[in-house]
Amino acid sequence: MGTKKETVIRTKELTKKFGDFIAVDKISFEVHKGEIFGFLGANGAGKTTAMRMLCGLSRPTSGEAEVAGIDVYHNPEDIKKNIGYMSQKFSLYEDLTVLENIKFYAGIYGLTDKQIKDKSEELITKLDLQSQANTLVSLLPLGWRQKLAFSVAIVHQPKIVFLDEPTGGVDPSTRKQFWDMIYDASERGITIFVTTHYLDEAEYCDRICIMVDGKIKALDTPYQLKQNFKVDNITEVFYQLARTAKRGDD
Amino acid sequence: MRTLKFLLQKEFRQIFRNKNILRMMFMTPIIQLIILPQAANYTIRNINIAVVDLDRSTYSQKFVNKVLSSGYFKLAAFSQSYDKAYQLIESDKADIIIEIPQGFESKLNTEQSQTVSLSVDAINGVKAAVGSGYLTNIIQDFNGQIRLDWMQPSKMSPMPTIDVESSNWYNPNLSYYLFMVPGILVLLVTLIGGNMTSQNIVIEKEKGTIEQINVTPVKKYLFILGKLIPFWVLGVIVFTLGLVIAWAVYGIIPLGSIALLYLFVSVYLIAIMGFGLLISTYSETPMQANSLTFFFMQIFNMMGGLYTPIDSMPGWAKVITEVIPISYFIQVMRMIVIKGSHFHDILPHILIVLLMGIVLNTWAVLNYRKTT
Repeated sequence: MGTKKETVIRTKELTKKFGDFIAVDKISFEVHKGEIFGFLGANGAGKTTAMRMLCGLSRPTSGEAEVAGIDVYHNPEDIKKNIGYMSQKFSLYEDLTVLENIKFYAGIYGLTDKQIKDKSEELITKLDLQSQANTLVSLLPLGWRQKLAFSVAIVHQPKIVFLDEPTGGVDPSTRKQFWDMIYDASERGITIFVTTHYLDEAEYCDRICIMVDGKIKALDTPYQLKQNFKVDNITEVFYQLARTAKRGDD
Repeated sequence: MRTLKFLLQKEFRQIFRNKNILRMMFMTPIIQLIILPQAANYTIRNINIAVVDLDRSTYSQKFVNKVLSSGYFKLAAFSQSYDKAYQLIESDKADIIIEIPQGFESKLNTEQSQTVSLSVDAINGVKAAVGSGYLTNIIQDFNGQIRLDWMQPSKMSPMPTIDVESSNWYNPNLSYYLFMVPGILVLLVTLIGGNMTSQNIVIEKEKGTIEQINVTPVKKYLFILGKLIPFWVLGVIVFTLGLVIAWAVYGIIPLGSIALLYLFVSVYLIAIMGFGLLISTYSETPMQANSLTFFFMQIFNMMGGLYTPIDSMPGWAKVITEVIPISYFIQVMRMIVIKGSHFHDILPHILIVLLMGIVLNTWAVLNYRKTT
């Protein structure tokens, strides 16, 4: 990485409260362009809430946040042109075919007809879905659907893509392929913001951030974290931090 | 506008792939319009009557024959006594007892008057009222006949009488279908327009695809338009189908302008879909939306003036009929189809429903949030 890093996400004491419950408690961090930024935490640690605030889906209670240089309070709609998003819930239309889904999302992101055509062909080839292009998405295996959903989430070449537990329920070999796609996108300059609770995946990230009870408890490269905690894998780091958690699973 | 094109393309694809929507669209109007009007019929026939003829004279025979030949009554039994006939009412075999006292004929001759007693089982109020109404008419008619029999036309002028003759305007034969079928069609358009819209959006909420749309730059009014336009088109198709059935099965041809009907249904669909949209913004699951729709549909059904005239409702109920759009559509349907009303007759209705449409849709758009 270069010495002068361009910052694409910046938060300062970002907080979200639901009534008395503080889901996200004054988190501050920065994410650089092209980085794969992992967001780890137990269920209910506040990962998804933090991500939803950055995507403009949820309004912060207090604090500051800037995504792609745009303030989340004032112009959440402008942020949406610059980001892709893939949630843990399935995000493609099951009653549309592979090709129809690609064309639909490309279309609503404002791609031209020529771009849509080229992009569809490129994606279908890359995902090796030529024979399934006109198959309903509901008939595809889960792993393929998730790969397709990721491709669709970056169909408009966003600056940042947010992935909320993208590999949940996917088999190990498909997860590997999925991560290859993530690397590929990162190399093209797309910043990846990914939440996961597969701790082995944390090792694939450039930097990881571990959240416990709505707070950031650790933020560094996987190597540095292991050094700091004097352990040889991220799982141990996570356990040491998670032990302090007061919130149970939700 | 390009975005809207993609949204519409997606919606239409999904609709035509969903067999349930297609079934609901085509089967519901056909079945409802063919079966419901036959069953929900106000014409009361087959009133069971028990006759207690204690006189057994020519006149009493004549009288009973006249009653039975009217076509509305069915003889349950000739009973020996009132008590026996009463047992028939108790066991639900008879609805009305008609008791002709002893000396019916002779008293008629001597005293010029006689009483016949009617006892009516009034559990079914409508049947009782209509049945005794018919009987009263028949008795009056019979009265007139015997007077003629006895009073020989004389040089003296006959007793002055006032004859009431009524003529039924707009629906001269008092055809029940002409009254009900257009109303039932309104109910159908309401059900389909309101329910399908709310279901469609809530299903996207449940599946999570709406979240995906919310992170795109698609403006919410465009997303909502993309939802409303397809169902507006479907609503118009269902309405057309209903008009065809009304013509093919019941021979009902609107007396007024068909274009006027379409003008009204176009505006009405905007209002009723705004209502469906509003429900969907308040519901998280299809079940929740269904329960809400069911609740309101009951009100529409009972208070829209389909089955009972709004004029005879109590004041508070009239207020409700004024704020639900369906009552205006039912009125307009009957005005145009039966009475042949013109544009200026229904203009107030159009304006009110248009206003409702604007309020409901604005409310729904404001309540639909891309951000929580």
